[in-house]
Amino acid sequence: MQAATAQQTIGPYWHLLEDSSWADLTRFGATGTVIVLQGRVLDGEDAPVNDACVELWQADPPASESFPAFGRSGTDADGRFRFRTLRPGGLRGRGNIAEAPHLALAIHARGLTRPLFTRVYFTGEALNEADPLLGQIDDPMQRASLTATPAGTGVWEIDIRLRGAQETVFLEF
Amino acid sequence: MEESEAAFARFRQPAPGSQPAYATPSYRSTALRAPLRPLVPFSASVTESAGPRFSPAHFPPLADLTRVDGGEAQGQRIIVAGMVSDEEGRPVTETMIELWQANAAGRYRHPADQHDAPIDPYFRGVGRVFTDAQGRYRFVSVRPGSYPWRNHDNAWRPSHIHFSLFGTSFAQRLITQMYFEGDPLLVSDPIFNSIPDRTARERLVARFDLALTEPEWAHGYRFDIVLRGRDATPMEK
Repeated sequence: MQAATAQQTIGPYWHLLEDSSWADLTRFGATGTVIVLQGRVLDGEDAPVNDACVELWQADPPASESFPAFGRSGTDADGRFRFRTLRPGGLRGRGNIAEAPHLALAIHARGLTRPLFTRVYFTGEALNEADPLLGQIDDPMQRASLTATPAGTGVWEIDIRLRGAQETVFLEF
Repeated sequence: MEESEAAFARFRQPAPGSQPAYATPSYRSTALRAPLRPLVPFSASVTESAGPRFSPAHFPPLADLTRVDGGEAQGQRIIVAGMVSDEEGRPVTETMIELWQANAAGRYRHPADQHDAPIDPYFRGVGRVFTDAQGRYRFVSVRPGSYPWRNHDNAWRPSHIHFSLFGTSFAQRLITQMYFEGDPLLVSDPIFNSIPDRTARERLVARFDLALTEPEWAHGYRFDIVLRGRDATPMEK
């Protein structure tokens, strides 16, 4: 067995890859409940991270010809990212346990030697109470870091705090 | 609905020192961006065990970075080729690899790069290839130049090519950099040296491979990539 290749930072010039249409997961005509997920990426001094690459992946609705289920958004001068996608439904997880609707995010940036993974849940979703990941996090503030809040019809907001007292919960699989 | 056991197979945890630490003081940009708290261990469920698939029908390959608008890039032409496999040695087939790099003079075609080195209008600086049914990939480029950065006094990045891979699971996402055998800047590079384990670092260094060269045309470098595998330990129900 050979160990996995080491990660290296995405650096400041990853935008050479960027196709801004990728931030809209509905661009191929997907149908369903369209939502916007937006927010900021902030550093340890609450300054905006203006060169991050935020990637979104969701297992529900499943990827199809009309729905890539994957998106990528750069952050702007204010550290803001923005996705248009379909609202996910619940999933059956390990041991057939119900998981609350969620999106997965990977954060890449200059100064991150490897990606940070997290999840986004939705405030007010009844299934959150029994979700296995949310249930394993005792601190209410840390749990809140995984939960987007409504910011208008179909618009959800979440800030990713890389470092500090209000740091987002980052996951290791 | 019954999910298959494979959907919940655990991923292997990295061997100690084989992945970079988030907090790497010699790489100054980590100071305000590396998380303070340890990562929360969580058994990837169906979400992170699945991942995006990209098809060449939707994302046409760009396997030659050296030709733009009928012109040809300046620099030492290179062929880079290798295998993508997982930790069990299984080839990762028909998977997309995204590439980007500086030109031969050490300048990216990017507005934020203000290094006083020429932009080459005929160097694309970005590419995309797919592995074949055996997990092999290949692309043509020029050897990237080194460029200064302000991390420390008189800091220069070693020549490198950025690679981005998806594998089959979101948990396998890999972004890395390929370096070149014999580069004297490797020993002092904080990004390369953010990986504590020497063997793991050395595996990012591509080897000159005469068998990959094309006579009278291009040098050849071999760079093999390994994505995370599944743990063989059976899962609890």
